[in-house]
Amino acid sequence: MNISILNGRLIDPANGIDDILNLHIQGQQILAIGTAPDGFEAQEAIDASGCIVCPGLVDISASLRDPGPGRIDLASETAATARGGITTLVCTPDTQPVIDTPAVIELIHRTARKLRRSRVLTAAALTRSLDGEQLADMAALQAAGAVALSNAGRPLANTLVERRALEYATTFGLTVILRPEDHHLHAGGCAHEGAVATRLGLPGIPSCAETVAVARDLALAEHTGARVHFHALSTAGATSQLRDAQKAKLPVSADVAAHQLHLTEMDIEDFNADCHISPPLRTLADREALRQAVADGTIAAICSDHQPHELDAKEAPFPETAPGISGLETLLALTLRLVDEGVLSLTEAIARVTCGPADLLGLPHGRLDTGSPADVCIFEPEAPWTLYRSTLRSEGRNTPFDGWEFEGQVTHTLFNGRVVYRRNAQAPK
Amino acid sequence: MRPIVRAVTIRAMANERRQNIQLTPDGRLCHFLTIEGLSRELLTHILDIAESFAPLPDRHVKKVPALRGRIITNLFFENSTRTRTTFELAAKRLSADVLNFNVSTSATAKGETLLDTLRNIEAMHSEMFVVRHSQSGAAHFIARHAAPGVSVINAGDGRHAHPTQAMLDMFTIRRHKGDFTPLRVAIVGDILHSRVARSQILALNTLGVTEIRVVGPRTLIPTEARTLGVHVYHNLDECLKNVDVVIILRLQKERMDGALLPSESEYFRLYGLTNERLEAARPDAIVMHPGPMNRGVEMDSEVADGPRSVILQQVSYGIALRMAIMSLCMQTHAEERGEA
Repeated sequence: MNISILNGRLIDPANGIDDILNLHIQGQQILAIGTAPDGFEAQEAIDASGCIVCPGLVDISASLRDPGPGRIDLASETAATARGGITTLVCTPDTQPVIDTPAVIELIHRTARKLRRSRVLTAAALTRSLDGEQLADMAALQAAGAVALSNAGRPLANTLVERRALEYATTFGLTVILRPEDHHLHAGGCAHEGAVATRLGLPGIPSCAETVAVARDLALAEHTGARVHFHALSTAGATSQLRDAQKAKLPVSADVAAHQLHLTEMDIEDFNADCHISPPLRTLADREALRQAVADGTIAAICSDHQPHELDAKEAPFPETAPGISGLETLLALTLRLVDEGVLSLTEAIARVTCGPADLLGLPHGRLDTGSPADVCIFEPEAPWTLYRSTLRSEGRNTPFDGWEFEGQVTHTLFNGRVVYRRNAQAPK
Repeated sequence: MRPIVRAVTIRAMANERRQNIQLTPDGRLCHFLTIEGLSRELLTHILDIAESFAPLPDRHVKKVPALRGRIITNLFFENSTRTRTTFELAAKRLSADVLNFNVSTSATAKGETLLDTLRNIEAMHSEMFVVRHSQSGAAHFIARHAAPGVSVINAGDGRHAHPTQAMLDMFTIRRHKGDFTPLRVAIVGDILHSRVARSQILALNTLGVTEIRVVGPRTLIPTEARTLGVHVYHNLDECLKNVDVVIILRLQKERMDGALLPSESEYFRLYGLTNERLEAARPDAIVMHPGPMNRGVEMDSEVADGPRSVILQQVSYGIALRMAIMSLCMQTHAEERGEA
């Protein structure tokens, strides 16, 4: 099917485009930007007047729980990506079974291909069963399609295992995604060790649990020459460590979860379990430093850090609840809010959720090149809307943004040249 | 670098106006979960009601009919014979019927079970839950899920709060000292893990004491302790200078395992209260302990049994104070139903 997206403001940060331009799609690919070639006939014309047309979003870290028990699966979560304007995402290996064999990767890819709503890529397990001790079959996982390796936030047994894992991964040029957290300093905490946790009597996770780990990981990255990507930074200290390492030309990068750029430790007040996340929400000063790092490009990607949970997981006293936020459907809205708040320009904001994350993993997505798959997100920047928990398409309704008002709503998502989401259309069953 | 404009995040009304769930919209007590957010007037009112119940043990008829026919459930997820007994006694003095549930924590590792437990007991028409749980926030969680007209009393949740203990301590202080405002209070020991200390600090600040001091090694003082409104000391002798009230906290044996302390003997040498050390305090200073006490660890026996110790009074005041809390919360619900 041929589609023309007309009269929209087309922003493609990767190609430095920001203009009112038409976009023409032939079959699964982008045919032309601007004037349609002679003889091109579109079966559908989408009027994008007043809207922004940008590359489909790339989410560098989402936990999809499939394979796994429960109602959360690729069907529900890719419906959420479509609503969120996300067309490519990297799922974390903390599935059941863990993504530590080619068979699991193939299963995920096959299911996602059938659903045809977004491109689901996999970060495979760094260690077998994520046990932190034995290396996974990295070469086989890469051959099956894994785009990176990660231990999904589970600790590695010791620094020697970490060194070996980085070295072995580097043999195959694989990027290793690390969640920097010192397991011992974490000490079973559930909130930032600061004023709020002190008052609420919640076991704290100190900032140094992150900075100690970043220092260790940077030293090992330097020693092994590994390509290391830090996932979900939360502290001011880590942003300056990373900035210094990048200045010293180490091949290290980082992402931050969209919610970390908006919420702080104050939001866990009244034991709000929807704000129980890992790494924890930290201070206003940390949030400002993270915003600064996103603005200056030290942190080149904003991710959803999607952690969908079924209802029961948050129905318990705060420390016993499962950490995480269902983030796919708020990634764009929270990123655009940074434009309103003067942190990023619109082009920068779009870059942080498209080509930024794609480039970090060497993926050819998050851009509107002619001849590439037609993954497009169209959103109305000035459209105010309110997020309601009950309307989430994800089976994980755990969001602290219930009742928040946002500006910027996705009107269409196109994946591989096919419209997979239309605002006001019925949710697919 | 680009300057970042600090913008105030606009939030929806629901997030904006966080209401104190333990108060009705017009400010009456319906749950008792924490001292935080309660006014000096309300705390004083609680102490006054407790005062009216205090003479009961000396009377011929030791019960009042305030809660006759009501069912109060002790829901204890953590062992505690003493606290549970005083709650039970308080409920019985108010003529209520008491159910005791000791739920082993292992059986309720899942929140679902906790809610199921709650629903089951509600179905028995219990109108009040006295809850003790090892996790901070457990009482809030149960209060949020309790049916309308059911009160939740926090009998200790994790490290968060133990508000009835703190109030009986306030009652003890008022009985012995009268006015709160001129007082200097020292709290000694494991502040980090102590729900009692957190609630005491909130209560003492609300009641307007001159100064609260906490003392202990760095490993047992929360990093942000100052934000609680206390002065932090690490030397006991300095901390005790001219104080009117000394509160000693219990030291859990397991603190030695977590590399928080080297040994009990070193702890006693540095922070154990002896008669010599007590010299630094005001001559009329009182010594309190929420119990159960480790003699020779936190405190020397001669202090515990000495003339300044009010430890046993604390225990007996506990009953009157808990009667006050229970009757206040029940009264609020009765008024809501239009019965009073």
